[in-house]
Amino acid sequence: MLCQVCKKNEATVHYTKIVNGDIEELHLCEQCAMNKEMEFDSTFSFHKLLSGLIDNIQEEVPFRQVKTLKCPFCGMDYEQFKKVGKFGCAQCYETFKPNLNPILKSIHGHDRHIGKVPLRANKQVAKMKKLEKMKEKLKEHVAKEEYEQAAILRDKIKELEQELEKGVQ
Amino acid sequence: MVKWIDRDATDEDVVVSTRIRIARNLRNYKFPQRMSIQEAESITQEILNVMKDLPAGVNYKFYKINSLSPVERIAYIEEHLISPGLINRPDFSSFLLKDDETATIMINEEDHLRVQVLYPGLNFEKAWESINEIDNFLESKLDYAYHDKFGYLTACPTNVGTGIRASVMLHLPALSIIGQVDGLIRGFQKIGLAVRGLYGEGTKAYGDLYQISNQTTLGEEEEEIIKRLKGIIYQTINKERDVRHNLLSSRKYEIEDKIFRSYGILKYTRKISSKEAMQHLSNVRLGIEMGIIKDVGFKELEKITIGIQPGSIQKYANKDLDNSERDIMRAKYIRERL
Ligand SMILES: [Zn+2]
Ligand SMILES: [Zn+2]
Repeated sequence: MLCQVCKKNEATVHYTKIVNGDIEELHLCEQCAMNKEMEFDSTFSFHKLLSGLIDNIQEEVPFRQVKTLKCPFCGMDYEQFKKVGKFGCAQCYETFKPNLNPILKSIHGHDRHIGKVPLRANKQVAKMKKLEKMKEKLKEHVAKEEYEQAAILRDKIKELEQELEKGVQ
Repeated sequence: MVKWIDRDATDEDVVVSTRIRIARNLRNYKFPQRMSIQEAESITQEILNVMKDLPAGVNYKFYKINSLSPVERIAYIEEHLISPGLINRPDFSSFLLKDDETATIMINEEDHLRVQVLYPGLNFEKAWESINEIDNFLESKLDYAYHDKFGYLTACPTNVGTGIRASVMLHLPALSIIGQVDGLIRGFQKIGLAVRGLYGEGTKAYGDLYQISNQTTLGEEEEEIIKRLKGIIYQTINKERDVRHNLLSSRKYEIEDKIFRSYGILKYTRKISSKEAMQHLSNVRLGIEMGIIKDVGFKELEKITIGIQPGSIQKYANKDLDNSERDIMRAKYIRERL
């Protein structure tokens, strides 16, 4: 099938979309698809906008090392992220964190979540608090030279630390 | 067919529907755009396994996009049960639909999970309660990607944090008649709300239907986001009602004429485009809303509005139709119902 726009190249990109209540089918070559995409899908142009935004921030904030950052889990690098305006995985957030705050601030006006917390994350926080308390208690035992109790507590602390290690990432 | 509309509702004279959706991802998988088809399948299996533990009496049906015909896919979008983004990669995506159609769990859209709840009229309380319940259930079984600082992690930075999008579909014919809709939309945008047409991003508003939703998702609590939106919606509802009231006293015959002409056309048409039908349906809906037309209800009208869309009309005809055949079938469909 030939591209509907240039009528020269083979059509390799196929769209089915509802536009103003009608199903529109569009068969385009790669080149014309790129041109068409801007007007065809506002989601796409929005991402153009977004990556433009990321570009500007990049210039303002001199994070030179950011350019070479690459996500260890999904392989996305910062250049790619800028281009598509989307993350490849949850790890990307940690990977690109140095440059994230200004991006999030300009999108949302904020850079910190204050809403719902998953129960699991709550448990995590509870465990961390418990750990802190246990460490204080351990110091007390040591100060009072109660070595037997200190040893038991030390094992428990180790156990909890390992649990937390596994839970977080 | 479109069961969600049948629920009890309030403020249906202006608010067609209330919807909340949340975006969630699982920690140990790449986001859908970057994953292989094998990963897509294993994530789907993981979610399906979890759904086996639903409490008794809660039933969902599973649909794979690639096992639905193109027309069926589009009909589900038109019924507002799935998002347009879900059908872009048919081999990756699927959804679970609750038997009363008030909830959909979409798998591998832009995020691993997009959960939506949908109610007729204005009903944020019920919507938030139900979606929270579904979220809590899923969260107790799945390892969500959650960050202490950034909240729920999503593929697009515009959804991160709460991952929530609360929206209402408003019918604003009176404000449209007096030419105030554009100003209103600019006002909405100024305070951080998004305005879209009937079928979401990239579609033009027609039939005087506007979808209003929160734009930002980070740095505000979910209830706060909903409360803020609700406040604005209440103001808009009152404004639309006021203008209708004024129109009825100042331009009674003009308005009645407009409504009954549209009613007449829809009752007797033999061939009609969806665009024209939408405008007349909007006028008839206004007639119902103003108490001028009494033999049709909101719910019936909403079902017709959905039923005449290109995918749904072909589903109804049970065969593929070209443009002209669709216009003929659409006229028949409307005549049978008015
Ligand atoms: Zn071409
Ligand atoms: Zn990544």
